[in-house]
Amino acid sequence: MKKTKLIAGAVLAGSLLASSNAFAGMDRATMLANTCAGCHGPGGVSMGPATPSIAGISPDYFIESMNAYAMGDRPSTIMMRIAKGYSEADIALMADYFSKQKHLSAPQQADATLSTKGKKLHDKYCEKCHTEGGSLAEDDSGILAGQWKPYLQYNMHDFTSGNREAPKKMAKKMKSMYEKHGQAGVDQLIEYYSSK
Amino acid sequence: AGASAVTSASAASKKVVIVGGGIGGATAAQYLKKMDPSIDVTIVEYNKDYYTCFMSNEVIGGHREMESIHFTYGKLQAKGINVVYDKVTGIDAAGQKVMTAGGKSIAYDRCIVSPGVDFKYEMIEGYSADVADSSIPHAWKAGPQTEMLRKQLVDMKDGGTVVICPPGNPFRCPPGPYERISQIAAYLKKNKPNSKIVVLDPKEKFSKFGLFMDGWKRHYGYGTDKSLIQWIKKSEGGTVTKVDVATKTVTCEAGTFKADVLNIIPFQKAGKIAFDAGLTNDKGWCPIDHKTFESTLHKNIHIVGDSSVASPMPKSGYAANSQAKVCAAAVASLLNGVEMVEPSWVNTCYSVIAPGDGISVAMVYAYKDGKIIKVKGSGGLTGAYDAELRKREELYAHSWFKNITADVFG
Ligand SMILES: Cc1cc2nc3c(=O)[nH]c(=O)nc-3n(C[C@H](O)[C@H](O)[C@H](O)COP(=O)(O)OP(=O)(O)OC[C@H]3O[C@@H](n4cnc5c(N)ncnc54)[C@H](O)[C@@H]3O)c2cc1C
Ligand code: HEC
Ligand code: HEC
Repeated sequence: MKKTKLIAGAVLAGSLLASSNAFAGMDRATMLANTCAGCHGPGGVSMGPATPSIAGISPDYFIESMNAYAMGDRPSTIMMRIAKGYSEADIALMADYFSKQKHLSAPQQADATLSTKGKKLHDKYCEKCHTEGGSLAEDDSGILAGQWKPYLQYNMHDFTSGNREAPKKMAKKMKSMYEKHGQAGVDQLIEYYSSK
Repeated sequence: AGASAVTSASAASKKVVIVGGGIGGATAAQYLKKMDPSIDVTIVEYNKDYYTCFMSNEVIGGHREMESIHFTYGKLQAKGINVVYDKVTGIDAAGQKVMTAGGKSIAYDRCIVSPGVDFKYEMIEGYSADVADSSIPHAWKAGPQTEMLRKQLVDMKDGGTVVICPPGNPFRCPPGPYERISQIAAYLKKNKPNSKIVVLDPKEKFSKFGLFMDGWKRHYGYGTDKSLIQWIKKSEGGTVTKVDVATKTVTCEAGTFKADVLNIIPFQKAGKIAFDAGLTNDKGWCPIDHKTFESTLHKNIHIVGDSSVASPMPKSGYAANSQAKVCAAAVASLLNGVEMVEPSWVNTCYSVIAPGDGISVAMVYAYKDGKIIKVKGSGGLTGAYDAELRKREELYAHSWFKNITADVFG
C-alpha cells in the first residue's frame, strides 16, 4: 500500500515539473538517476559488456530489487553498497524515472541453433511469468529479453547454485528444467534471451 | 512563468564557457545542453584528442590498445555544443570573459572550470616536465607518456627493475598507482618473471590497502622472498627527493635505487589555469560551495573535478562526472532564476589486480548543513575473496568504462 502511494506522488511531481515550458529546475528523480549513469549508462541503457540495462524496468521490480540489495537478500558485487545510500522516497522516485526510459536490447551475438532450443525451454518453463519471451516489464519479474549475456549468466548461476532465492514456483520450474536439461538448458535459455 | 520574473536582471543571456573538455568539462557541457537547450555552451579545450586516464593502466600492462581509450568531441558538437581548440590563458572574473593563447576573448554569464591536475615537479630534485616528456614518464595524464611507459616495459630485459614512485596525498585517483603496480606486475609475471618492482612511497598506507596487499600476496608472492613487488613506505625511508636522469637512479632515505624503467608520479595541485585565474587556496586547490560548485573566491566561476576541494569525495573520474551533473543543475538553475534541487552524488573506483581479479570502492554522497557528506551505511569496499565475484567485478569494471565514457563523450 505504502509503496503505491509513493509512486503516485512521484508521478504527480514529475508531471507538474514537465508541464511548465521554461527550464523549471531539475526534478529530484532526475538528479538521483543521473548518479547511476556512470555504471548503467545514460538513461539506464547499458553499453555492456555485463552491467544490466535498467531502462524500462517495472517500478515494483525496481523497488523490490533495491530493497533486496540493501538487505543483502539478493547477491551482488556492488549494488548492496549503492542501494543502502537511498531512502524509500528516493527509491520510489528512481523507480518512476527508470520505468519511463526506453529499454533497448543489448547489441550482441547469439547462436541461432541454441536460441531456438532455448525458446522451446522458455515456452515450457518460464513464459508463464516472464511473458512475451521475457520482454514485458509489467510482469514484475525483470526484463530478460535483450539483457547483457554475462549478466544473465551470473543470475542463472546464482539461482542454480542457490545463492539467490527464486520465487517458490520459479524455483520449482527451474529445478525441473535443470534436472532434465542441465547446464546445456541454461545456456540455451541465455542464448534465447540475448538473441531478442 | 515565475522563472522569467526572477531573471529579468540579466535578461535572456545564458552563455556558459567551460574551461577544459575532460571528464568534468565534457559532462557538464552535455548535461547543461540536455537540461536547457537554450543555454549557449562553449568548451575551450587544449587537445583535439582526449585519452582517458582510466583504463590507461591496462594499456601500460598490455591488456588493451591505446585506441580504446581515445575520445573526440564530434558527438558533443552534433548536440549543439561549441568546441574551441585553444589554450585558456586567463579568466577575467570581473569582466566575465575567458582569454586564450589564440587571442580570443570569450564572454560568459557563468564559467565552469575543470582543468584536472598539475604537478609539483620541484619536490623531486632533477625531475621536470621536460624529463617526464622525454625519458622518465609520470603517465598521470594519459597520452604519449602512457605509450612511452608501455614501450619501456616491453623493451626491458627479463630480470630488470621497475621503480615506481607514487605521490603523497591528495592526488588524482587514490588507488591508481597501486592498480598500475598490479597491472605491471601481471605483465612481468607472465613475460619477464625474473624482474621486480620496487615501490618508493611517501605514505604509510593507501587506498584499498587491505585488498591490494591481499591481492599482491595471492598473485605476486608479496611478503615472501620471491615477491615480485617490494613496497618501501614513508617510515622505511620511501620518500624520494632526488633523481639522476641519465642513470635513472632515485634517492630516498632508504637508499639509492637504479631503475631500468622509472615511473615518477609527482605530488599534485590544481591545473595551472586555476592558479592563473586566482581560484586556488594556499594548499593549491580550489575552494568551492559544496552545493553549486561556485568558487568561494570569485563569483560566477564554478570548479568541478580534480581541481576542486570537494572532500570527502576523492579526485576520481566518477566523482568529476557526478560533480559536473550537479554543477550543471546549479548553473542551469541560476541562469533561469529557479531553486536548485537537492543534490546527490556517487563515486566508484574499480581496480583490476590481476586478470580475473577486480575490486572496487564505492560511496553515495548527500548534501547536509552546507557540506557534501557520505551517506551513512552506504558504500565501502569489495568483500573477502570470492573467485566468482572477483571475475564479475573485472567485467563490471570494463562495463563501467564503456558506460561512463558514453555518458561523458556521448
Ligand atoms: C592512471 C590513472 C587511472 C585512473 N583510473 C580511474 C578510475 O578507474 N576511475 C576513476 O573514477 N578515475 C580514475 N582516474 C582519475 C580520473 O582520470 C580523473 O579524476 C579525471 O580525469 C578528472 O577529471 P577532470 O575533468 O578534473 O580533469 P581531466 O579529465 O584531466 O580534464 C582536464 C582537461 O582540461 C584541459 N585543460 C587544462 N588546462 C587547460 C587550459 N588552460 N586550456 C584549455 N584546456 C585545458 C586538459 O587538456 C584536459 O582535457 C585515473 C587517473 C589516472 C592517472
Ligand atoms: C559502480 C557501479 C554501479 C552503480 C554506481 C550503480 N549500479 Fe546498479 N548494478 C551494478 C551492477 C554491477 C549490477 C549487477 C549486480 C551486482 O553485482 O551488484 C547492478 C544491478 C542493478 C539492478 C538490478 C537490475 C535487474 O535487472 O535486476 C538495479 C535495479 C540497479 N542496479 C539500480 C541502480 C541504481 C538505481 C543506481 C543508482 C542510484 C545504481 N544501480 C548504481 C552496478 C552499479
Ligand atoms: C512463477 C513465476 C516464475 C517462473 C515460472 C519463472 N520465473 Fe524467473 N522470476 C520470477 C520473478 C517474480 C522474478 C523476480 C526476481 C525475484 O523475485 O527475485 C524472476 C527473476 C528471474 C531472473 C532475474 C532477472 C534479473 O534481472 O535479475 C532470471 C534470470 C529468471 N527469473 C529466469 C527464469 C527462467 C530461466 C525461468 C524458467 C526456467 C524462470 N525464470 C521461471 C518469476 C518466475
